[in-house]
Amino acid sequence: MSRFDRQEILPGFGKEGQQKLRNSSVLVIGAGGLGCPILLYLAAAGVGKIGLADGDTVALSNLNRQVLFGVGDLGKNKAETAVRYFQHKYDDIQWEIIPEFFSVENAQEIISGYDLVVDGTDNFPTRYLVNDACVLMEKPLVFGAIYQHEGQVSVFNLGPNSANYRDLYPKMPAASEIPNCADTGVLGVLPGIIGNLMALEAIKVLSGFCKPLKNKVLFFNSLTAQTYEVELVPSAETREAMPRSLASFEIMDYELACEGIKQLTWSEAMRKMNSDVAFVDVREPGEMPPLECTGLIKIPLSNLSAQLDRLEESEEVLFFCQSGIRSQQAAQQLQQTYPDKKIYSIRGGINALKT
Amino acid sequence: MNEVILIKAFGMIAEKIGGSELEWKNPGTLEALRAKLENEFPDLKAAKFGFAINKKLLQSDAEIPAGAEVALLPPFSGG
Repeated sequence: MSRFDRQEILPGFGKEGQQKLRNSSVLVIGAGGLGCPILLYLAAAGVGKIGLADGDTVALSNLNRQVLFGVGDLGKNKAETAVRYFQHKYDDIQWEIIPEFFSVENAQEIISGYDLVVDGTDNFPTRYLVNDACVLMEKPLVFGAIYQHEGQVSVFNLGPNSANYRDLYPKMPAASEIPNCADTGVLGVLPGIIGNLMALEAIKVLSGFCKPLKNKVLFFNSLTAQTYEVELVPSAETREAMPRSLASFEIMDYELACEGIKQLTWSEAMRKMNSDVAFVDVREPGEMPPLECTGLIKIPLSNLSAQLDRLEESEEVLFFCQSGIRSQQAAQQLQQTYPDKKIYSIRGGINALKT
Repeated sequence: MNEVILIKAFGMIAEKIGGSELEWKNPGTLEALRAKLENEFPDLKAAKFGFAINKKLLQSDAEIPAGAEVALLPPFSGG
């Protein structure tokens, strides 16, 4: 008997469905709240090859929903930690660990080796990036996302006349418009449910078993336990908004396209630092850890509108906060008043400085 | 003829309008509905969301049939 006996005897799935799973490969992007349940069930189901891309490290606040990790994993890379867990558990899966964030630079190389992509990321720029890469490379994409008590799931780019993320949301939203889990909170079981629905869609696509959510998006509300299914229509217009070719994809700045604000890493920010650049901490007093350095300007976001004139003289302004969201809001606020200034936000804020 | 429509709001839009369902007199078109929603709930002006009429997503203005269900669908990015 094989470890897949219970699905091999399932009418409609059978040994044939199992063989298709065995011969297929899936790239999971993000080993977070969605990625963990996706991985658990794809690995248990016997997908032949699984790639996992995530450049993030495990934090204590992840543990209510990122069920592959424990207190002993804090600070470790998520992709490496998750794959190590599965390597102990099963001996029949080929793994690829990609301990990096998915980007325009590495997208093509990473995706090209896989039959299907599953998007478990957590921000708009990456979701558009993953979508566009999949459209341009003609890879089917299982999409899922959550907001507080709700989730949405769909399957994009599956064969001809298939809708993609841009047919669902043609206008790119900014992260600063929509709070994330870190701000709104989330019960761990919600990404568990949505991640499981995504794993189910992935298995349907790979095995040919039942009908996947092509040109449909399923909404789920955990407070009411209600679902809502909406039909999507692929459109030529939304296709226009996408990069036309892989060459133009490679030079896209998805953060800039979503946020309208150029984002910098800490090391890029440090290289910019000189006396003409205003370096502004927009955190509220008392947020930890404090940052002290020469020339640092402290203007809490709540007070920025009253103190915009303090930045009037600076041609370039660099904002940071705790996680990189409020600094984008600050940058947008300043840009409205001073459209000619070069304004930047530091990606990930102080949280990104620790490593 | 039922000239009342059922508006179903999701995610952040439900928060901004203070509930997940509204029953309104049919304003006729999606653009008219958007204007009425923004007038009633000014927070919606800055929000991005799509409209589905009777569970079909529409990217441009359309007439709202009598008795229709109109869903307001904002993007989620969390994971």
